[in-house]
Amino acid sequence: MRFTLNGRAVSLDVGGTRRLLDVVREDLHLTGTKEGCGEGECGACSVLIDGQVVDSCLIAVGQVEGRTVTTVEGLADGGRLTALQQAFIEQGAAQCGICTPGMLLAAHALLQQSEHLTADDVREGLAGNLCRCTGYTKIIDAVVACAK
Amino acid sequence: MREVKFIRPTSLADAVQMYRATPGCRLLAGGTDLMVMLHARTLRPAPQAVLDLWSLAELKGVRRVQDVVEIGAAESYTGIIASRDVQQELPALAAAARTIGAAQIQNRGTLGGNLANASPAGDTLPVLLAYDAVVVTDRRAIPIDTFFTGYRQTALESDELITAVRFPLGRQVAFRKVGTRAAQAIAKIVMAVSRQPARIAIGSVAEVPLRARRAEAALEREDVDGAVAAVADDIRPIDDVRSTADYRRAVTRNVLRELLGAFARR
Repeated sequence: MRFTLNGRAVSLDVGGTRRLLDVVREDLHLTGTKEGCGEGECGACSVLIDGQVVDSCLIAVGQVEGRTVTTVEGLADGGRLTALQQAFIEQGAAQCGICTPGMLLAAHALLQQSEHLTADDVREGLAGNLCRCTGYTKIIDAVVACAK
Repeated sequence: MREVKFIRPTSLADAVQMYRATPGCRLLAGGTDLMVMLHARTLRPAPQAVLDLWSLAELKGVRRVQDVVEIGAAESYTGIIASRDVQQELPALAAAARTIGAAQIQNRGTLGGNLANASPAGDTLPVLLAYDAVVVTDRRAIPIDTFFTGYRQTALESDELITAVRFPLGRQVAFRKVGTRAAQAIAKIVMAVSRQPARIAIGSVAEVPLRARRAEAALEREDVDGAVAAVADDIRPIDDVRSTADYRRAVTRNVLRELLGAFARR
């Protein structure tokens, strides 16, 4: 099967019912995508498919045939971080860090959809991403700082 | 362990034929329920194959056809929320879709999946009952009030595939879900009500999403207090991890009164 991952064409011989999460981590060795709950509750495994945020634990890899997948490794352009990533650093929006990749991707998708976001919009937009350190305030501040 | 085969049909006709021809085959749409069970190997009987419906164009989209709105079985909640036809004609469905999970789930969850899974807590199911929606399959149209036959059981035959859901136009429906938090909660109770005709549909209060027939009969007589009193006898709530039977009975009455009050103020 073939799909585009972080701008590169990928061709794999894998069973289509395997979870996208497992293929990304174990076969493609991109371990930025984390497994939290494995049930679509926590958002730690968030990736983008054709720009839409999804939980990669709920995606059969066969379903991304021909599609474009973005993981956290695909956000930065080489060593150059996005404004959102920079804002996470500046605002101290990461504590233990396990939710950070998913938070970044969900927030990235949110910012792509709408340039004008209030703190409430961000809270709702990130409702599917849990932070086990409960460090939500700084995360929301960082996303709001990137909105207009 | 043998791997479950992944089948990717290229058309609806292809999917229908493959589903009939493949023993032990389960249908996959957005995966929000099935992938959890597939990974945990809790599906019984254990599936031999999974048939992917997600990418079939025939199962996508929202269409206004004559006097109905038809929604493809594999259209996402995000697509449903964004549809102008849904916003204008079926605002209660849009409201219900917004309460389902968060963005990650709304981008993948579908009406076909909510129906086939037939969870008593399915957020859209009371809305479908209140609108008298029709479940369209590869072979027939099933009125929604005959669709749920038992706990997670439906009127679907073993090789039958949901293709769309049809909603009649011109009905006003009010919706309310009560959960632990505003977003991403499984309902303690979920309700959709139409005043005319009288429809009171409730989820998470019995083994199936149900119509409260005694309360509806009272509402037909314009007896709001009678409907609120009767609704507790229509439901069969249990104690579980999310709530208690007593709480559900009390909140069902309160939410019904609130939704009927919302009509009176319109």
